[in-house]
Amino acid sequence: MQFTCFHLMPYRPLDMEERAKHRSAWVVLPNTLYDPERGAEQYESYLNQLTSAESLGFDVIGVNEHHQTAYGMMPAPNLIASALIQRTKNIRIAILGRALPLTNNPIFIAEELAMLDTLSRGRIIAGFVRGIGTEYHATGINPAHSHERFQEAHDLIVAAWTRPGPFEFEGEHYNFRYVNLWPRPYQRPRPPIWIPSQGSSETVRWAAAPERKYPFLVTFSAFDLVKRYLTTYADQARQYGYEPSGGQLGWAVPIYVADTDEQAKKEAGSAIESLFNNFLPNPWEMLLPPGYMSLSSMKATMKARRSLGSRPRTQTADDLISSGTALIGSPKTVVEKIKRMQDETGFDNLVSMLQFGTLSDELTNRNMQMFASEVMPHLR
Amino acid sequence: MSPSVIYHEVRDAKVRMMRAGAGEPLVFLHGAGGLSPWGPFLEDLSKNFDVIAPEHPGFGDSGDGAFIRNVADMAMYYLDFLDSLHAGAVHLVGTSLGGWIAAEIAVRNCSRIASVSLLAPAGLRIKGVPIGDNFIWGPEEGTRNLFFNQAYADKLLAVEPTEEEADRQLTNRFMATRLGWEPRWFSPSLQKWLHRIQVPSLVLWGEEDRLFPVEYAKVWGESIPAAQVQIVPNAGHLMQIECAQDVAKRLLSFLAGR
Repeated sequence: MQFTCFHLMPYRPLDMEERAKHRSAWVVLPNTLYDPERGAEQYESYLNQLTSAESLGFDVIGVNEHHQTAYGMMPAPNLIASALIQRTKNIRIAILGRALPLTNNPIFIAEELAMLDTLSRGRIIAGFVRGIGTEYHATGINPAHSHERFQEAHDLIVAAWTRPGPFEFEGEHYNFRYVNLWPRPYQRPRPPIWIPSQGSSETVRWAAAPERKYPFLVTFSAFDLVKRYLTTYADQARQYGYEPSGGQLGWAVPIYVADTDEQAKKEAGSAIESLFNNFLPNPWEMLLPPGYMSLSSMKATMKARRSLGSRPRTQTADDLISSGTALIGSPKTVVEKIKRMQDETGFDNLVSMLQFGTLSDELTNRNMQMFASEVMPHLR
Repeated sequence: MSPSVIYHEVRDAKVRMMRAGAGEPLVFLHGAGGLSPWGPFLEDLSKNFDVIAPEHPGFGDSGDGAFIRNVADMAMYYLDFLDSLHAGAVHLVGTSLGGWIAAEIAVRNCSRIASVSLLAPAGLRIKGVPIGDNFIWGPEEGTRNLFFNQAYADKLLAVEPTEEEADRQLTNRFMATRLGWEPRWFSPSLQKWLHRIQVPSLVLWGEEDRLFPVEYAKVWGESIPAAQVQIVPNAGHLMQIECAQDVAKRLLSFLAGR
C-alpha cells in the first residue's frame, strides 16, 4: 500500500462563535477573523508536520487548493509544494489538486507544475480537480462551464507537457497561438495525474479510460460510499477491458490513532466535529452552483435532499466513526478498517489526513508517529 | 381569459408560448425565474393587446437551449423569433433578464419593434452600486428579496413545489446561471449601444428593489434616448406580480400615449 500524508491547512484559531453567525466558513466569512500572526504560526506547524512525513516513512506528501476559506489556507498549493521540495529529499509531493476550471490560462498551471517537477527532480504528482462549488462563487467563473473548462484545460496541460512545441491550441474556452513550455516537466513523458473526486459517474468513466488510467481518490465519504465508488471505478476499468491496479484506487480519509478506541475518540472527537460541522458545511447554493453537476445529477441530488429535509445535519464524532467517514481508534481498529476496504475493493492508495479541524500540533505529531509505527507496517 | 399554449418553432428550436388577447402584438420576455403562470398582469395587458409570452430556449418546457451560450445569442434568437411571427412591429416588454434580452434585441435591430418597455432590467452595471447576489441567497431569502410586500413571499413559500415544478425551477436556474453568472447580470458592451434604441421606451423600477437597486433606473433613462423612467412605489423586483394592476396601468398608459 502507498501512503500519502495529506493536509488541508485549516485556520485553527477560528472564532467558532463568530463563524456560526455566517452561512459558511467559505467565501463570505469576513477575513477580519483571520490574524496574520496566527496564520504564520499555522503555516510553520503544518510545514513541519508535512516535512516530518518523509522521515516517518510516508511515500507521498499531499497538499491541496481552496479559495477564500478558513477550511484550508492553500489558495496556491504550488507555493507550499515549492517550500516542501526544499525541505525534503526523496518523498513525492502531490498537489491534490489544482482546480483547472478556475484559471483563464491553464498554461500557467502546466508551467508551474513543470517547474516544481524540475526543482524536485521528478517528485511531483499532479492532481486535477474542478474545485468545490464555493470556488465558483469565490472566483466568479461560471459553474455552467465547469466540466467543459476542466476537460479542455486538462487536454491543454497534458499536450503542453508531452507534445513538442510550439503548437497551437484551439478550444472553446482556451485558445493559444503558441504553446511551448520552457521548462518541460522533468518526468517523462509527464508527472503522474491523480483525480480526487466525490465520485460522479462522469468523472469515474473519464478517469478510468485506458488512455488515462488516472488514480481516482474518493474524498471524505462514508465507508460504504467509498466502497461503492471504488467498485464503480474498478468495474468501469474491467468494462474497458483491463484490471485496475490497487494504486488506481485511492481513499482520502481523516485518521486518528491512540492507544485505545476510547482515548482516540476522546482526543480527536472535537477536532473531527469541527472539520465536519464548522469548517466544511455549506448551504447547497454555495456547494452546488448550477452546472457544477449536470442537470440530471442535480435533479436526482435535490430529490434525495428533499426527502431527507434541507437542514444540514450536525455530525457527532460517533456518527463519523460509525459511518467510517473518519477512522478514529486504536491502531488495531484502524488497521482492520483499512484492511476491510482493501479486501472489499482492492484499493492500495491511502491518502491519510492526520491533522484535521482544530487538532493541535501535539496530538497531530503523536498521531503521525503512531500511524507510521503501528499502522503502516501492518499494511505494507 | 386563459391563454392558448402553443409550441412555436423557430429554426431548430421549439419554445412554449402563451398567447391571449387581441390588438397590436406585444411580446413579453420573462425573467431568470422562468415564465410564471398567466396572471393578472398579462391578463390586463391582453385586454388591449395580442399578448405573446414565449418561454426562452433552455427554460422550463422550452426545448434544449444548448445553442444559446449567452444573452447575445438569445437576442439573435429573438430576432429570428420576431421575424417568424409575421406580425409586423411588436411592443417588447421584458422584466429583469427579459429586460436585458429586450435591450440587446433592440440595440441590434428595431425594425420589428414598436416600443420597448423594461421592468427592472438586468444588463448594466453601475460601479459602486452592488446588486444582490441571487445565486448565493437561500430559497427563502431568495424569494423574500424579490418582493417588497412580504405577503407575496409568504404565499409562495407556503406552497411546497411539486417534483415537476422543482425540476422546472432547477432547469431555469441552470439556464439563468449560464446567462447571468459572469459577468454578473450585465454585458460590458451594452450601455454604449443603447442610443440605438430609437423607439418609444419606458423604464419601470420598483422603488424597493433588493436585487437591482433603483439607482439603475436613472442610468437606463439617460442611456436610451427616448426613454421615460417611472419609479413604482411599494414595489420590489417582481413589481409585475406584487403591483400587477399599477404596473399594467402604467404600461398601458405609456403604450396608449406613445
